[in-house]
Amino acid sequence: MTERDALFTLLIRLADDHLVLGHRLSEWCGHAPMLEEDLALPNMALDLIGQARSLYARAGEVEGAGRTEDDYAYLREERGFRNLLLVERPNGDFARTVLRNLYFAAFMRPWWEAAQGSTDGTLAAIAGKAVKESAYHVRHSAEWAIRLGDGTEESARRMKEAVEELHPYTEELFDRDEATETLAAAGLAPDPAAMRPAWDEAIRAVFAEARLEVPEVPYPLRGGRAGLHTEHLGHMLAPMQYLARAHPGASW
Amino acid sequence: MLIQSSGIGKGARMYSQGLIGASHEETETPEFLKAFQRRIDAEEKIEPNDPMPEAYRKTLIRQIGQHAHSEIVGMLPEGNWLTRAPSLKRKAILLSKVQDEGGHGLYLYAAAETLGVSREEMTEQLLAGRAKFSSIFNYPTLSWADIGAIGWLVDGAAIMNQIPLCRCSYGPYARAMIRICKEESFHQRQGYEIMLTLCRGTAAQKAMAQDALDRLWWPSLMMFGPHDSDSAHGEQSMKWKIKRFTNDELRQKFVDATVPQAEFLGLTVPDPELRWNEATGHYEFGAPDWDEFWRVVKGGGPMTRDRVAARRKAWEEGAWVREAALAHAAKRKARDAAAKTAAE
Repeated sequence: MTERDALFTLLIRLADDHLVLGHRLSEWCGHAPMLEEDLALPNMALDLIGQARSLYARAGEVEGAGRTEDDYAYLREERGFRNLLLVERPNGDFARTVLRNLYFAAFMRPWWEAAQGSTDGTLAAIAGKAVKESAYHVRHSAEWAIRLGDGTEESARRMKEAVEELHPYTEELFDRDEATETLAAAGLAPDPAAMRPAWDEAIRAVFAEARLEVPEVPYPLRGGRAGLHTEHLGHMLAPMQYLARAHPGASW
Repeated sequence: MLIQSSGIGKGARMYSQGLIGASHEETETPEFLKAFQRRIDAEEKIEPNDPMPEAYRKTLIRQIGQHAHSEIVGMLPEGNWLTRAPSLKRKAILLSKVQDEGGHGLYLYAAAETLGVSREEMTEQLLAGRAKFSSIFNYPTLSWADIGAIGWLVDGAAIMNQIPLCRCSYGPYARAMIRICKEESFHQRQGYEIMLTLCRGTAAQKAMAQDALDRLWWPSLMMFGPHDSDSAHGEQSMKWKIKRFTNDELRQKFVDATVPQAEFLGLTVPDPELRWNEATGHYEFGAPDWDEFWRVVKGGGPMTRDRVAARRKAWEEGAWVREAALAHAAKRKARDAAAKTAAE
């Protein structure tokens, strides 16, 4: 695999992660448990979609085939998306939403930090902005995980269920393959597996305060990086893409 | 119970907490009322701890509360297109706009709280169907062009209403409106830019834009409220300088500003009586369907029930989250106190 192909693969994966999670968070808008969260969730959605746009734009340059951010977002089908299964999980209740954010942000924060040293100047610049945003996402989701985990009986039960449901999807965060290895060797992007100690420590610290246990995962679930998704992604993309596809070639 | 989960609005809440439920009984002697009116006439700002007639306080609570509810309920028709925005740029702009609306709701609730009503009470009134919100949000958003038309017409009408409120006699409301108007003005331009893009686009896009104007034109004119002769609160609010222009004056300003914008887009305003009057320098226009207006205001709008139900569902389904936050805060406080005792 050439470095260029590896970089393109990475940019699409990351952009898809951010778009899909950002879209999921935008589904909360107007329906959050309190007004402050009706502001915080779209705010994070906006950060994630902003990052996705920058990443797609860079992917378009690297690919050199004239595709735009909207071509990637709106004109690929489920099998073309390369996001983690974790981020396409439906919002569920607020506990699941918060935990999904925590798992993802606790990975992205150290990853962005390391990516600031990328030999790809654009990726390094995107990382410089995203690292601050992901720090806020970690703080927001960690605070809520602690409040809910150590809140009422009901909130503790819901957090526990969220952990059981989502933890099996976290292994995929750290997966290595030819693309990640090529990029790490060239100094283009950090090795995802190298984020493991920082992620483990962040989750351990939050779970200790939230009175949650880190479960054993006998059967990790993965597949998004190869375009093998859950059934949920298609139902998310259908409304997202319908208007753009109904008017081919139109500008908005 | 309502809790503050973030720093936003906290200052205002804490500041106002002393006022919530406090006694506001003033002896409203003729001298007191005259002295109050003199302050108003001298363009002095009335501040939360100042003596004020009970009717002035109640009028403001009602108006600011309705305004806050409109911002919050207004997130729903626009949120309806967040997941279907046709490009990532539009999606990002709409997210940012809807978030601004929520922020406006937050400052306005904080402004109303300075008058002695809590956000919780106001929320309960909205969920029980006892508080009103802007009539426009009782209509559905049926196409992407409605997002453009809302920005252009609805935020445009809101600006006409709100610019004079920056000079409202009640200080906290006037100050909240200054920031809100800046953001609304940006929203109005982004809405117009959506319309312009559609009107310069394909035939289907232009038809979508015309359809949105056809449906939202009259409801936008109704946003200024009833005809002056039917306005229940108009005259007194003018005297107290809560309002600076009558409903009909503002409606005229809106029509005068908006018709040339529609012409520039190449769209037709759906009013056969619309014509320019050279002598007055204003447009003449037809009367909105006032029966429809009153039906909507009294709760019979096409989306009234759905809007309130959506807010109620969010509130009820979020109850366990708010309870958990309070329970956690109480546990933390108890642990901190125990740790302090142990240390002593």
